[in-house]
Amino acid sequence: MIKTVLIDDEPLARSLVAEYLQSYPEIEIMQQCADGFDGVKAIAEHQPDLIFLDIQMPKLNGFEMLELAEPTPSVIFTTAFDEYAMRAFDSNAIDYLLKPFSKERFDKALQKWMNQRNNTSVDEKTESLNNTVSKHPEEQNRVAVKFGNKISIIPAKDIFYIEAYDDYVKIFTEKDYFLKKKTMNYFEETLSSSDFMRVHRSFIVQLQHITRIEPYEKNGHIALLKNGKKIPLSRSGYSRLKDELGL
Amino acid sequence: MNKLLGSYKEIFLISIGWWLFWLTGQTIVLHRIGLSWGDAFFEGVCTVLVLALMGFIIINIFRYYSQITKNFYLVAADILVLTAATGKILYFTFEKMNEGDAFYMENILPYMPLRGIFYFLMITLLTVVCWFRTHEQEQRSMKQREEEAETLMRDAELAKLRQQLQPHFLFNSLNSISSLAGSRPEEARKMIQQLSDFLRGTLKKDDQQLVPLEEEFRHLNLYLEIEKVRFGHRLNTEMMHDERTAMMKLPSLLLQPIVENAVKFGLYDTTEAITIRIHASSENNFLVIIVENPFDATTSKPRQGTGFGLTSVQRRLYLLFARNDLLEIKTKDNTFITTVKIPQVK
Repeated sequence: MIKTVLIDDEPLARSLVAEYLQSYPEIEIMQQCADGFDGVKAIAEHQPDLIFLDIQMPKLNGFEMLELAEPTPSVIFTTAFDEYAMRAFDSNAIDYLLKPFSKERFDKALQKWMNQRNNTSVDEKTESLNNTVSKHPEEQNRVAVKFGNKISIIPAKDIFYIEAYDDYVKIFTEKDYFLKKKTMNYFEETLSSSDFMRVHRSFIVQLQHITRIEPYEKNGHIALLKNGKKIPLSRSGYSRLKDELGL
Repeated sequence: MNKLLGSYKEIFLISIGWWLFWLTGQTIVLHRIGLSWGDAFFEGVCTVLVLALMGFIIINIFRYYSQITKNFYLVAADILVLTAATGKILYFTFEKMNEGDAFYMENILPYMPLRGIFYFLMITLLTVVCWFRTHEQEQRSMKQREEEAETLMRDAELAKLRQQLQPHFLFNSLNSISSLAGSRPEEARKMIQQLSDFLRGTLKKDDQQLVPLEEEFRHLNLYLEIEKVRFGHRLNTEMMHDERTAMMKLPSLLLQPIVENAVKFGLYDTTEAITIRIHASSENNFLVIIVENPFDATTSKPRQGTGFGLTSVQRRLYLLFARNDLLEIKTKDNTFITTVKIPQVK
């Protein structure tokens, strides 16, 4: 049996997929979710093989939901025309269905997934999909994180700095930090380059939270943040920071 | 601004020539009457300086209070006051300068009123020239504004078309219809009808046309009904107007982007059910429409500016009424409030 979860904020859009799935008795719909929060929960609970996922949803969009979903299922996106999505899908999509889609098109997508399923590891596929599609412009303003079962959305302006941590990064706000399985390069590319700067191999800092720059040991420098944290600066990081702040 | 400065300089140059001409004329006349060349020249210079000062005042009056062109009495008063001032100043100056000169006191000073006529004519002339210039400038800037408005209107037309077709709304609605067609064909048919009416409504409307609020509300309602089918119980709406506001006029489709914004903002910012409130009232000859939608103040990024939809509304209001204060946006707790004021032309 194949387990699936439908995630779309429009009830009729979900029932259309459900209706189309009626001709596949081997696929069982475990749950229908109206938003990304429910989606993450349902995925953790049912561990579906495949999900149908809308992109534009309240609070947490489809891409952000996917970043938080564990384990990462195979995804067929269902979305109305969206040029960003189109671009993102170009290379890595397992498949995407443009609303409104026909039964034939739907069948084709499922067929494609079933063929691929036997050949490729899901993780690999979704991982690369994740890295491409997440560069949705809206996302530069916020980062979705999970802490236990709780999902939070951190507005980019609240991020003080980001520190590399093995396969993860630690995202520091004024008082807390959150772990997220992403690379430093990913954040360097997606966060607004006028607000954030990579000042060290392991540190990205938000410029507006820096109060001053101090010498540290010999030849070294650190940046002092508003919450008292000290961030080491690499030599090139220091000179870039100096240029940016006009010192 | 450059144009104004340019014209200022022009006036200045013309004035110089003009004043030199009169200076020469006056000096000759005064010399003929019996003044020495020096005294005649001195009086000429005094006259010209005072008149130039008056000219400067006139130019600035017209520059900073261009409304004066619309009021003949004010212009007349301006001429009389300035003439009187000129006469007074010069009379006292000449009297003081020639104290003890019996010839001057008897033969020249008594003719001051005669010279006053000359001042009057000069100031009238200056005023009339300024009047014409200001008027011409106003005409020019009005024409310019009209032309600009026309170009913008055309651009807006294109943007509007693109925006109104709103691919997201359209495709999602079609998807809902597709879904209904399988399970509830009657409702699918109804939604096709609503969607068609809505689209037809947006296509046939003229940008500059003023429509009664009632009609605008009817159109908005079509849109909201479609969105309600899409989002089910999550979307509630409340539209209120009374008999008086029903017939008040507003530019067609002006509220559409505001309400779209409210729906999008409200629905994508929370996961709960929301209510969009649209209230119309009348206030000092204005039609006031308030659109309210909930949003999440804690996670929502602070909206900078007004967003594309609201910018176009602001633009349109400016083009139509030449005012920038008709659209107001504020947030109160978790409510986003958009207020539009439409001046009512009697």
